[in-house]
Amino acid sequence: MMSMSPLIAGMTLLLCVTLIGAALVAIRAKAMPVAILASGLVSLIASILFLVLAAPDVAMTEAAIGSGLTTFLFFFVLARIRASQPDSARYDEAEKAGDEHD
Amino acid sequence: MIKRAIALLLTLAVGALFASLLVGYVPDSELNQTARYYAERTAEDIGAANIVTAIIVTYRGLDTLGEVTVLFISAAIVGLVLAQGRVLNNAPQQPRAPVSELLSTGSRVLTPLILLLGVYVFVNGHLTPGGGFQGGAIIASGMLLLLLADPLKHFSHQLIAVLESLSGLLFVGIGVLGMLLAGGFLDNRLLPIGQLGELFSAGVIPVIYSLIGLKVGAEFSSMLASLSETSDTTEET
Amino acid sequence: MISLAQMAMAAGFILILIGFYGALTQRNLLRMIVAFSLANTGVHIVLVAVGHMRGRTAPILDAAVPAADAVARIIDPVPQALVLTAIVIGLGVTALMLAYALKLHARKRTLDIARFTELKW
Repeated sequence: MMSMSPLIAGMTLLLCVTLIGAALVAIRAKAMPVAILASGLVSLIASILFLVLAAPDVAMTEAAIGSGLTTFLFFFVLARIRASQPDSARYDEAEKAGDEHD
Repeated sequence: MIKRAIALLLTLAVGALFASLLVGYVPDSELNQTARYYAERTAEDIGAANIVTAIIVTYRGLDTLGEVTVLFISAAIVGLVLAQGRVLNNAPQQPRAPVSELLSTGSRVLTPLILLLGVYVFVNGHLTPGGGFQGGAIIASGMLLLLLADPLKHFSHQLIAVLESLSGLLFVGIGVLGMLLAGGFLDNRLLPIGQLGELFSAGVIPVIYSLIGLKVGAEFSSMLASLSETSDTTEET
Repeated sequence: MISLAQMAMAAGFILILIGFYGALTQRNLLRMIVAFSLANTGVHIVLVAVGHMRGRTAPILDAAVPAADAVARIIDPVPQALVLTAIVIGLGVTALMLAYALKLHARKRTLDIARFTELKW
């Protein structure tokens, strides 16, 4: 079963690979803002994938909500958590302590 | 180390399950029965050109009512959980860095355009891709731009609450009216079906979707305002 | 060769697995919430990919797809309606999780989930 045309197949393959790469960055990044931006990128690429899958309503919703509002929610919360620490060194310590290392 | 190994094993087991679902998957060649019914009957029964809109507002309108309720509850809980900080917000704010002029001038030009786009998207929800949820999210993005340009801006929570409650009440009111004057709860034939493709067609769908768009936009804005507005305090345990 | 729907479904499944693994192994609350959001997006991709059919187009009746041949030309509209609802509710749930993370941090001054031991034996 071939896809629509080699162009669409190649574009979809590229989108899927970028999707998974961005997701891995979102999980493994050391700095928190990089992880949040990578998850916004995942939502954006998912919205393009929805368009390729012939779902324009869903693409519009995912672009507006997933890569717009969700990323901003995360950044607002991150800014408030950082502002409430008396100095940034203690935040980095709390963040490093919270990262995975078993 | 053990914990990570167990997590990896669990992930691989779930991955094997997904792979078994994926290997034999063959997409359908014909629409199944439900989709065929919707595809055949939408144009004459509902009169909406966007079939997904017809499903969300009319055929499965009760699910949309449930979704709007869930969104309302989550916005209310976010406001409630963060409300304690808001009381102390009357204290003078710490001096923040001044916002750049590009942002404050640009937001004055862009915000009316963004709001206009949001209103266009939900008013035309039955003709083109779009609808209440997309339009509401776009309106919330316009409010977000206002919030970014002026971090000390105080949103009137009264106005947002009134708008949200009024839209919700009108939505349910239209549903009950459908029960009294037309076929059933949330029935479409309250207003005339009209010509396929016109702006004033598809019964009450434009009205309902506009109400949903306003309600969802108000809810998202209130969530954003709650999360960015309260000041931090150390709690006593 | 695999079809478009299968490729997208595989990418969605891998995204679910990445989010799942991240939620299990991270200890920082905010990173856990990011992982949940990724898994959520993966589920949406899989659902929309289920409704895709070869050679057909989006379920919108206009000049290109007149109402008479809708049955032969459009893809399944029901998964799209489901996913629209799911995306909006996913945002509500994420906002709720973030509000709770804020309150937890205000109480204990840490985002490390191993420090919250009140519910342990």
